Amino acid sequence: MDSLRKSYGGLKAVDGISFEVQEGEVFSLLGPNGAGKTTTIEILEGLRDKEGGKVSVLGMDPWKDGYELHRKMGIIPQGFRFFDYATPREAIRYYASLFDVKVDADKILKQVILEEAASINYNKLSGGQRQKLGLALSLVNNPQLVFLDEPTTGLDPQARRAVWDVIRELKEGNRTVLLTTHYLEEAQMLADRVAIMNHGRIISSGTMDEILEREGSGERLEVKASESLANFLKTETRLKVEYRDGIVSVLLEKPHDALITLTEIEESGIEWRSLRTRSDTLEDIFVRMVGESTKEAGEVV
Amino acid sequence: MISARRVIADLKVTSRGFLRSREGVFFSLVFPVILMLIFGAIFSGGSSGPVTAYVQNNDLSGGVPTQASAAFVQALNSTNAMRLVPVPASDNFTLYLRSHSSSDGIVIPAGFQTQFEAGKPLNISVYGNPASQTSAIVSGVTSEIVNAFNLKRAGGSDVIGIQSLSVAITGTKYIDFLIPGLIGFSILTAPMFALVNISSQYKRDKLFKQLSLTPLTRGEWLLSKVIWYIMITIASFILMTAVGVYAFGANVVLSPYLLPFLVIGPFLFVSLGMLVGTASNSPESAAVVGNLVTFPMMFLSGTFFPISIMPTWLQTIAHVFPLFYVVEGLNNVMTYNNIGPAMIDLLVIFAIAIVIFGLAVRLFKWRED
Repeated sequence: MDSLRKSYGGLKAVDGISFEVQEGEVFSLLGPNGAGKTTTIEILEGLRDKEGGKVSVLGMDPWKDGYELHRKMGIIPQGFRFFDYATPREAIRYYASLFDVKVDADKILKQVILEEAASINYNKLSGGQRQKLGLALSLVNNPQLVFLDEPTTGLDPQARRAVWDVIRELKEGNRTVLLTTHYLEEAQMLADRVAIMNHGRIISSGTMDEILEREGSGERLEVKASESLANFLKTETRLKVEYRDGIVSVLLEKPHDALITLTEIEESGIEWRSLRTRSDTLEDIFVRMVGESTKEAGEVV
Repeated sequence: MISARRVIADLKVTSRGFLRSREGVFFSLVFPVILMLIFGAIFSGGSSGPVTAYVQNNDLSGGVPTQASAAFVQALNSTNAMRLVPVPASDNFTLYLRSHSSSDGIVIPAGFQTQFEAGKPLNISVYGNPASQTSAIVSGVTSEIVNAFNLKRAGGSDVIGIQSLSVAITGTKYIDFLIPGLIGFSILTAPMFALVNISSQYKRDKLFKQLSLTPLTRGEWLLSKVIWYIMITIASFILMTAVGVYAFGANVVLSPYLLPFLVIGPFLFVSLGMLVGTASNSPESAAVVGNLVTFPMMFLSGTFFPISIMPTWLQTIAHVFPLFYVVEGLNNVMTYNNIGPAMIDLLVIFAIAIVIFGLAVRLFKWRED
């Protein structure tokens, strides 16, 4: 897709984004709520029309050729829902008839760990079970391309792992997966490439390692202490110091910075404990990048 | 292209959903039968039963009624039009009536037998309320008996008699009108309430959007709903006809001409429900609009009582409702076996159905832009 745009009223939901997903790749769109992930994915699914730019999915225009395309795609829309009085097993058989495919409903239910709820009406299923049914239905037509819009939101750890396993299996089967999530570790673990979105724009993209290398800021030294220590270090040194949730975090641009930091901490006489060093996590980068792009957009955080 | 496989798949899900939600079964199948039992009991049982009338016989001889006065009471009784309650001769008759909350009564004066045998004039008093239908029956029956006694006294005999007949094939009772009316009721309410509900909720829950991601088409989805409600209508038709015939001894004409009504009727109201549901912004507003459309139509289309009892202006309004033609058509076939006018009703329903279906399909969207 190229320079895709979509707006609602005055709000630019998707503001000129471009990316390409290779066959057999797991591609993840990351971003906070309201970043434009779902709008983007719904345009790709053919549920919404674009306003500008070009979109091609499996060589087709999803809005015009949606009916053809949907046979090759598996989709869990965000906030998946089903008929109140249908069980997961019946739902899978229903989809199988609609797609004219033969499937073993129980096998699919097992794959997403839903076999225990196979005969329970949808309206009696828990939130996690409903979500897993959505995943199960997206697999019925043995799709080439799967769209998973926040598939693990609200799931317990065990169910989340089941979803991850399904995504890995899809990848092994050379299926293309487009995943949106706001769990960074999920993207880090599953995705070949990610694009981080905020305010309808892609603010960074590439493999996880690339992003970490490009945007990451190296090692940090952290101690538990009060904010007064952070202020002391800021005035006494030229080090980059941050304070958050009772932790004073110092960026180590040179190895020597560690020594300076420790000396200055000792000199301050301020009480501190539990010293550690760590690298920037994806989360640090994510929070920082989203924060910066929000400031640029001129919004109150 | 419509695929029978997909329609059947959707029909299976629809029917299971319907049967598992108890409200659906209750309101479509059980509730109309309850209505039939209630209305049938009110109108068939009560109104054809005898009217209660209080009788005071003051013509006593030695404490017992005289022969002639006893014969008069006996004659009143034998009409079976009234249930006679004797009032002791010593009581004040008007006070007695009032204390029994009744206005209908007959008083035979003292000296009835003597005067009658002597051929001298005398008056039987009939009490009643001029506004009440029961009083008209009491005074009518009494004057009938008085005439018979006068005739006998004069030594004459009956020349002209009356044989009671009614105007349908074998005698039309209220229940005979009630069956087509209540079938019409269920043709209206079952698909209307269900589709208003389903279409507005699926829209809110984005279920239509989800279905648009499968090969199921809008047309196939609608077709499966129409087929399902035709099946429900036929079930309801069989159930109500059976209850009417077995519980109330109704007379119905079962003709193949009923079938198009049982097909086009549900088609019309599935479309109308769909139209109301998709045109509304929320299930709540859909329910309000749905009720505004359904309730006046339900009461004014001749479902519970023939519209001929309504004032003329209201009868004119009734002609606006599509259900009126469904009920009129069913009545024409089931009660009068009058096929020509029934086919005109059918044409009207069909034309309305096509227009509403067209509008519903126009407004009904799988996905938004």
